[in-house]
Amino acid sequence: MSNIIFYILSGITLCSALFVILSKNPVYSVLSLVITFSCITGHMLLLSADFLAVVNLIVYAGAIMVLFLFVIMMLNLNDAVAPAGKSFMSKLAAFVSGGLFLIALVYLLKGQQIGSVDLSSLDENFGSAQELGKILFNQFILPFEITSVLFLSAMIGAVMLGKKDLKDN
Amino acid sequence: MSEYLVLCSILFSLGAFGVLYRRNILVMFMSIELMLNSVNLLMVYFSALHNDQSGQVFVFFIMAVAAAEITIGLAILVMIFRHLGSINIDSLKKLKW
Repeated sequence: MSNIIFYILSGITLCSALFVILSKNPVYSVLSLVITFSCITGHMLLLSADFLAVVNLIVYAGAIMVLFLFVIMMLNLNDAVAPAGKSFMSKLAAFVSGGLFLIALVYLLKGQQIGSVDLSSLDENFGSAQELGKILFNQFILPFEITSVLFLSAMIGAVMLGKKDLKDN
Repeated sequence: MSEYLVLCSILFSLGAFGVLYRRNILVMFMSIELMLNSVNLLMVYFSALHNDQSGQVFVFFIMAVAAAEITIGLAILVMIFRHLGSINIDSLKKLKW
């Protein structure tokens, strides 16, 4: 049963990821990226990472995608959307290098003997907020604090970059 | 080899392909997000495989760094649009000989 769900989700994920890249209008790209992230959330639920799935949905499909939509609407890309003349060769080069990268990855990973996930062997509250919080605030407390500094600097940087003219202050 | 490895490899290469294929900076950012998310999914898979929840904590940090990166990147993009009137990456060629 979960195998069927996995294959359906994977199909939707890959199709919408392809649509993100190939669609001409950035708004459609954002919307299909939301679908992709929702499918990845489904994959995380299949792997019993419940809390992380919810965080993924809120942070990625919610916050970051809304940020993208705001920027697209703010820029008013009516005439800027028109594609600049781009040679066939560079598209072909992108296709060939992407395909070669995929072949290299699959070839490297092919021989690996990796067992399948046995969900019944996991702890009862594997991936719950309680368990993750215990690890986060004991083992990873220093990276957690550094992340807060990173967010503060990102916030200040975004505000400074977004100002109309820096000399005005 | 497992299906998740194949899925994440395909997603990651789709992201890399998108960065090379598109000239729109917004879509390039979205492709980077795709790559980050495929790695996140792989992290979750391995954490379930090894019954070790540290991998899921790493996904938190990847998400935090991605959020900060996207914030700064979009601010820079708005600035580029104000100066050049375009978000095509080919218009950023002032340093070109």
